[in-house]
Amino acid sequence: MSNNHALFTRDTQAIFWNNNKKAIQRMLDYDYIIKREKPSIAAIVAPTSSAKFEKFFFGTEEVMIPIYRSTKEAVKNHPNADVLLNFASFRTAYDVTMDALNLDQFRVIMITAEGIPERHARLMNKKAREKGVLIIGPATVGAITPGAFKVANIGGTIENIVNSKLHRPGSCGLVTRSGGLFNELANIIARNADGIAEGVAIGGDRFVGSTFIDHMLRMEKNPQVKYMVLLGEVGGREEYKIIEAVKSGKITKPIIAWCIGTIAKYFSSGVQFGHAGASANADEETADAKNEAMRKAGIHVPKNFNELPHVIKGVYESLRGEGVIEPIQEPEVPPMPEDFAKAVAQGKVRRPRHFVCTISDDRGEEAVYAGVPISAVATPDTGYSIGDVITLLWFKKRYPRWATDFIETVIKTVADHGPAVSGAHNAKVTARAGKSVVESLVTGLLTIGPRFGGAIDGAAYYFKYAYDNKMSPKEFVNYMKKKGIPIPGIGHRIKSVRNPDKRVEGLKNYASKHFPATPLLAYALEVEKETTAKKENLILNVDGTIGILMVDMWRALGYSEKEIDEFIASGTLNAFFILGRSIGFIGHILDEKRLGMPMYRHPWDDILYKVDKAEEL
Amino acid sequence: MAQKPIREFDGKRLFKENWEEYFAPLGLEYPFESVLVTSGEELKKLAEKEEYKWLKEKPLVAKPDMLFGKRGKNNLVLFKVKKPGDVKLKDAIKWIDEKRKTPQKVYFKFDGDKPVGEPKEDKLTYFIVEPFTPHSEDEEYYIAATTYDADYDVLYMSAHGGVEVEENWDKVTEVKIPVDATDEEIEKLISENIPADIPEDKKEVYKKFAVQFYKFFRDLNFAYLEINPLVIVGNKVYLLDLVARLDDTAGYLMKDKWGDIEFPTPFGMPEKSPEEKAIAEADAKSGASLKLTILNPKGRIWTLVAGGGASVVYADTIADLAGGVEELANYGEYSGGPTTDETRFYTETVLDLMTREKDPEGKGKILIIGGAIANFTDVAKTFTGIIQAFRKYADKMKDVGVKIYVRRGGPNYEKGLKLIKEEAEKLGLPIKVYGPETHITEIVQMAIEEDKKGAK
Repeated sequence: MSNNHALFTRDTQAIFWNNNKKAIQRMLDYDYIIKREKPSIAAIVAPTSSAKFEKFFFGTEEVMIPIYRSTKEAVKNHPNADVLLNFASFRTAYDVTMDALNLDQFRVIMITAEGIPERHARLMNKKAREKGVLIIGPATVGAITPGAFKVANIGGTIENIVNSKLHRPGSCGLVTRSGGLFNELANIIARNADGIAEGVAIGGDRFVGSTFIDHMLRMEKNPQVKYMVLLGEVGGREEYKIIEAVKSGKITKPIIAWCIGTIAKYFSSGVQFGHAGASANADEETADAKNEAMRKAGIHVPKNFNELPHVIKGVYESLRGEGVIEPIQEPEVPPMPEDFAKAVAQGKVRRPRHFVCTISDDRGEEAVYAGVPISAVATPDTGYSIGDVITLLWFKKRYPRWATDFIETVIKTVADHGPAVSGAHNAKVTARAGKSVVESLVTGLLTIGPRFGGAIDGAAYYFKYAYDNKMSPKEFVNYMKKKGIPIPGIGHRIKSVRNPDKRVEGLKNYASKHFPATPLLAYALEVEKETTAKKENLILNVDGTIGILMVDMWRALGYSEKEIDEFIASGTLNAFFILGRSIGFIGHILDEKRLGMPMYRHPWDDILYKVDKAEEL
Repeated sequence: MAQKPIREFDGKRLFKENWEEYFAPLGLEYPFESVLVTSGEELKKLAEKEEYKWLKEKPLVAKPDMLFGKRGKNNLVLFKVKKPGDVKLKDAIKWIDEKRKTPQKVYFKFDGDKPVGEPKEDKLTYFIVEPFTPHSEDEEYYIAATTYDADYDVLYMSAHGGVEVEENWDKVTEVKIPVDATDEEIEKLISENIPADIPEDKKEVYKKFAVQFYKFFRDLNFAYLEINPLVIVGNKVYLLDLVARLDDTAGYLMKDKWGDIEFPTPFGMPEKSPEEKAIAEADAKSGASLKLTILNPKGRIWTLVAGGGASVVYADTIADLAGGVEELANYGEYSGGPTTDETRFYTETVLDLMTREKDPEGKGKILIIGGAIANFTDVAKTFTGIIQAFRKYADKMKDVGVKIYVRRGGPNYEKGLKLIKEEAEKLGLPIKVYGPETHITEIVQMAIEEDKKGAK
């Protein structure tokens, strides 16, 4: 396409400053329906991004658009991108523009931010003019050359773009101040004429980089534009420049124009109608005066905004009649693939999920634990304890206070048992090897199993099995003996009947005071009588007490035997030990970090070396 | 709005607070003796403080500080009881309390000393009090600067300040200074244009002051700054009267230089209602735009329009088709993708105002829910907010006879239009709903025609 006076062509490529994914995707969707070969965005500039590219859809396929941390870098790698879409905030848009102007690559810079200080706006606009760069904005949705290139959000959704015939060139050159009304005008022009050839929303600020006259003089030269529509506003004198251009013959194509803000005459200066630029400082800046002056200059001015469509239709039809405007062959529009998320929201598609979660949900305003927002459990005044949080997330129920207190008692009881136990030792050795907290912690946790900490599960399992099968304590002891398994939860290295374990005493006392009933504990104590009769130290130990009391707790809470068996089988009891002991392990690891002890090496003299020569087979 | 007027007192405060940087290096001093008070009582209390003891010691001048000029011609400057310079603290206290007691008429235009046009009447609430500075008329200079157009600022300088400056405008020198001028260019342009009739011995100090005045104007993001008269005696500078407008969009850059600046409602303008204030607060907190101005709370036509441009078009069309603005109750807009909750709050505020009273003649009311075809605002989301407000106000809306007319397009508009129609019908509210196939202001025509038919 060789139209030197069009703002954009099908080859125009832009650099997008700010990774505004939605706007960029809208541009690529537009590219797809107008069947552009190359995406209209060559690169993205995002100073704080750590990513090297961003993925976007191009139809049903995905394309990668490179991301750079500076405009300079983007320009270097994409020497043909001559449009900058500056989507920086009002705080940075000025610096971004000045920086871009110094790079001498951009032909057009569009600035979207609203509220750039006037002095900044004037400085950047002036510099751009001196460099021959066209600025669109600030405070604008941009511009479009239908069938070639669309800036960001202008035109709205793809459906609206097609309805408003913004996907292929028409005959009208459209200029507006307002971005919202730009869409509306494009729609009116599509319904009453054949759509637009090019359109620009110049922006609502007092000082914009390019004004109506800049664009209309270009449109006058653009052979695709057969007539123009101008939507002005109360305030400023830009419309008078159009009148002068019409009078001096610089603009000869028909113009249809309307200035909004005729209401302002009814009110004193205090009411701000519309944009920052929209405030009449003199009589000739009122909408009425400008409409009247344009009417006198031979511009088509409707009676009011409601009549605008009829005037457009009239001008279009007479140009059709004169043969200035040819009928348009409507191009075929490829169907736009629908976004999955949108289709889901509209109930149009479904897909099986690969994961299921029944305990928490982070999709709403605030994440919830089993339906309870975090803020409703976190602080002390909520009345929720850490025990409540555990039961919400592990069992999806809120337990009564006696049960959560018991759970916390268990956690506290198992938190640590000194540095010598295998898990803590492992954690310490790993920490001394210079590994991180998490690495050291998992080496400790990996020792937990049938021999270390696993007695809780085992005790719960075997005592419950014996009790459920109505074995007498004697029968149970014999049963285990026959199986050749020491009874889990029975026995202590030092403690005995005469030297009881205070931790066990504490748990038993708590349970007898607060549990509604403790039948399994009662049974276990009968078993203990049998075993201690044989040997002093075969007492019910802390692991056993915990496992047995957990079963009593769940029974009292109304869980079925089947549910309790599932808890035991899935390792839930062990989980209390893992959670509690992690506290201690982390303590040992932090202790090692503080002490800064060197790498541990086990002494030779503590190892029995007995290495025989390997046998030849 | 970008350019906003500030009080004379604040303008002088800005000079004082930035004097060290801009003017002190010239060897000039600014004795900032100025207080802003709302009553005689407050002035009396201030005079007890050590830093304001000049209030008791010096002859005073008092005048309202409410963003209007021509105070002398409106007879609202106290500088004499019997003869100029004899105003004592007690006189100022008495005068202030007298002036603020009843609404005052103020004219904004004068032909000579004769007022022109209609006056505005309002209460005087803020007064500036300063020492009386004796000086002769030929010591009164004039200096002002403005952001003239896209490329230039203009500096105005004159050897003839005072109340007659407008009559002597031919003696004012105008210097166009490019917005991107360097310090050397600024100095050159100003030096070359110092008014010839400034006395020789004052030219150098006036020039130096003018250069720094322009830089101060530029760096502090003034849109307009005028001192009239400016009096320079020895190395002392007196700013006897000052008018200033700031570009409030520069506020984020100017936290240090402006300090805590106030943009007051000008004299004669109604104070913002609590509802307008609430919307302005919500607007300040939101990334979206929420604007509300109540034009006539007894009006029967209320608007709930999305988009700055569209809101103007609706207001224009209502005025045009209803033959004036008597029935137009409000002006406002929501735009920039407000959340459902923000839209609900905005709608509730409008509905609350709209349903407070029945029309005294028993006529119904019209609610125009309008908007152009949105670029990116989700129509279903914003309309959900409007629907939530409907649920709350449905009974009241029926009481005052509200008819609803809707026209909107943009992302998700089909869903939004369907939802609002179904809900209004469920609530028993009369509603008509149109999309982008109907011209944006067509609903205004329908509403007004039906209203006229209903009245017959």
